[in-house]
Amino acid sequence: MTGQHSFRAPLLNADLAIPDGLTDGLGRPAGARYNVYRNNVAVSLAEALETGFPAIAKLIGPENFRMVAARYLRAAPPTSPLMMHYGAGFPEFLETVEPLAHLGYLPDVARLELALRRSFHAADHAPADPALLQGVDEDALMACRMTLAPSAHLLRSPWPIVSIWAFNMRPGSPKPQARPEDALILRAAFDPEPLVLPEGGTAFVTALIRGENFGSALTAAGVDFDVGAMLNLLFTHRAIAGISFKDTP
Amino acid sequence: MFDTDHEGLPATPGVGYKPQHFNDILKDAAPVGWLEIHAENYMGDGGRPLAQLRHLSERFPISVHGVGLSIGGEDPLDPDHLARLKHLVGWLNPASFSEHLAWSTHDSHFLNDLLPLPYTDTTLASVADHIDQVQEALGRQMLLENPSSYLAFTQSTMSETDFLRELARRTGCGLLLDVNNVFVSATNLGYSPIEYIDAYPLDRVKEIHLGGHDEDEDDHGAPLLIDSHGRAVVDPVWTLLDETLARTGARPLLIEWDTDVPDWATLRAETMRAQDALARVPA
Amino acid sequence: MSTSMKTAAIVGAVAATFAAHATTASAQDQVKCFGVSLAGENDCAAGPGTTCAGTSKVDYQGNAWTLVDAGTCEEMELPAMADGSARMGSLEALERDLPAS
Repeated sequence: MTGQHSFRAPLLNADLAIPDGLTDGLGRPAGARYNVYRNNVAVSLAEALETGFPAIAKLIGPENFRMVAARYLRAAPPTSPLMMHYGAGFPEFLETVEPLAHLGYLPDVARLELALRRSFHAADHAPADPALLQGVDEDALMACRMTLAPSAHLLRSPWPIVSIWAFNMRPGSPKPQARPEDALILRAAFDPEPLVLPEGGTAFVTALIRGENFGSALTAAGVDFDVGAMLNLLFTHRAIAGISFKDTP
Repeated sequence: MFDTDHEGLPATPGVGYKPQHFNDILKDAAPVGWLEIHAENYMGDGGRPLAQLRHLSERFPISVHGVGLSIGGEDPLDPDHLARLKHLVGWLNPASFSEHLAWSTHDSHFLNDLLPLPYTDTTLASVADHIDQVQEALGRQMLLENPSSYLAFTQSTMSETDFLRELARRTGCGLLLDVNNVFVSATNLGYSPIEYIDAYPLDRVKEIHLGGHDEDEDDHGAPLLIDSHGRAVVDPVWTLLDETLARTGARPLLIEWDTDVPDWATLRAETMRAQDALARVPA
Repeated sequence: MSTSMKTAAIVGAVAATFAAHATTASAQDQVKCFGVSLAGENDCAAGPGTTCAGTSKVDYQGNAWTLVDAGTCEEMELPAMADGSARMGSLEALERDLPAS
């Protein structure tokens, strides 16, 4: 019998013949009618990628993006019915696209867009009360552990990914300077914001993510680290979900 | 059999919810009677989509319309997806849950389209089994929607209306009648839309869909209508709705507009037309 | 004053600033913003009919194709990274199984 395997295979491969046993309802072969499904699949997946990676589309131009998307969606159709997750492998795929190899930053900008999307759909949280830190003695402060919000993401890059993203997505943003940028994505309410981490900030946040205590995170961040500015950033964006003073390993 | 304490949808016009209409819907002094959402867009962990849905569900009856369960698939239902659906329906407690007579997943690949199936004893048994699983998991009756067809299968041994009638009989599911899909399929496959309606198990219909379609043509120059949901409902479909409502009585009527989504006022104008159609139904 | 004592003072000051106006933008107001969806959505609409969008027989496997149009990448002058580093970005996994706070 004509199974769904034989209906499915030519959907994403135009070199394969249209499946047998399909008609126009009046006995004539279905012919191009099958292409309605081919188009639905290809176009809907390409549009999902374009919605999910708008900065990449602007960077390489819409026609180039369509060509890349057409290849990606055939190489990696979704494995989940949730379109909000589609394109998780797109950054790695971009690394393999030779005609784009001269744009070394593309995969990392795509990783940033993916992280923004994950942040957008991440679980909600109640921010920790900053008052917990008031008047705490020095030892207790150094031993405390801060948990970041589920919507917080850290992305390290040798490229100025936040500046490149902003240049494309926020009108009026300056041209990116050639420098590395580590991005911290924070979602104060519902809209994720990519921020450039200052000197020492990456080490500090990485330590928090790993569950190290405040003192260790401070040591990791180095002597020039501005802890006040960092905490300001985290509290402003309601990014600290919990502060624990229990002496846990 | 699964009819619990759900009141169901009101027999008024509703619209397919789009996030860009959130503020307009809340500001509208005489808003629509209910809203329909696509289940898969509310299966994230949190953020604005779920916050908006929680907010809307306090004011409107919500219909959850699944587009990714692949109920017509040869493969077993995806247990993870069924669990996600159960979670959503569990906390939201919507007025209705519906899905499509179609498949979209095969070999773990999701194709993001509602793909057709032949109507045979084998597919009937498989789809009925899937509906049983869904109703069992959700603890409630589901509605199944008739598809838009662009081609037919030589394998089919029964009509779509017989297939749906038998599914409803075996599983106790309700039906969602998409009048635009009827018009599209009838035009594309060369049959009479009103004869299809007459053959449809209308006593099972608990919701009616209306939407716009695009016009194309096949290899022979025959008209080929595409279920684009990208424009206003055409006059012949409104006429077909009148003829349908004359047979069913008033039903919940949904306006679907998913591509080139218009402003709220345009969408509201469509619901006014649906309201007029309901007003013409004899009591 | 030791470095950590100084730190404790800074942290206390920052915390005091925020504790003073604890609730700023309420989530209730934020829910009303449309915002950007950031991801493709599922729907049940059909696409572009019988156009060639899904049927053009290009070599989707191959990598030998040329760029056809230009994007904003041409407006930026970013040299290859000076240190020749091949390091790609890395998304730090957030550990969710930390001891409960």
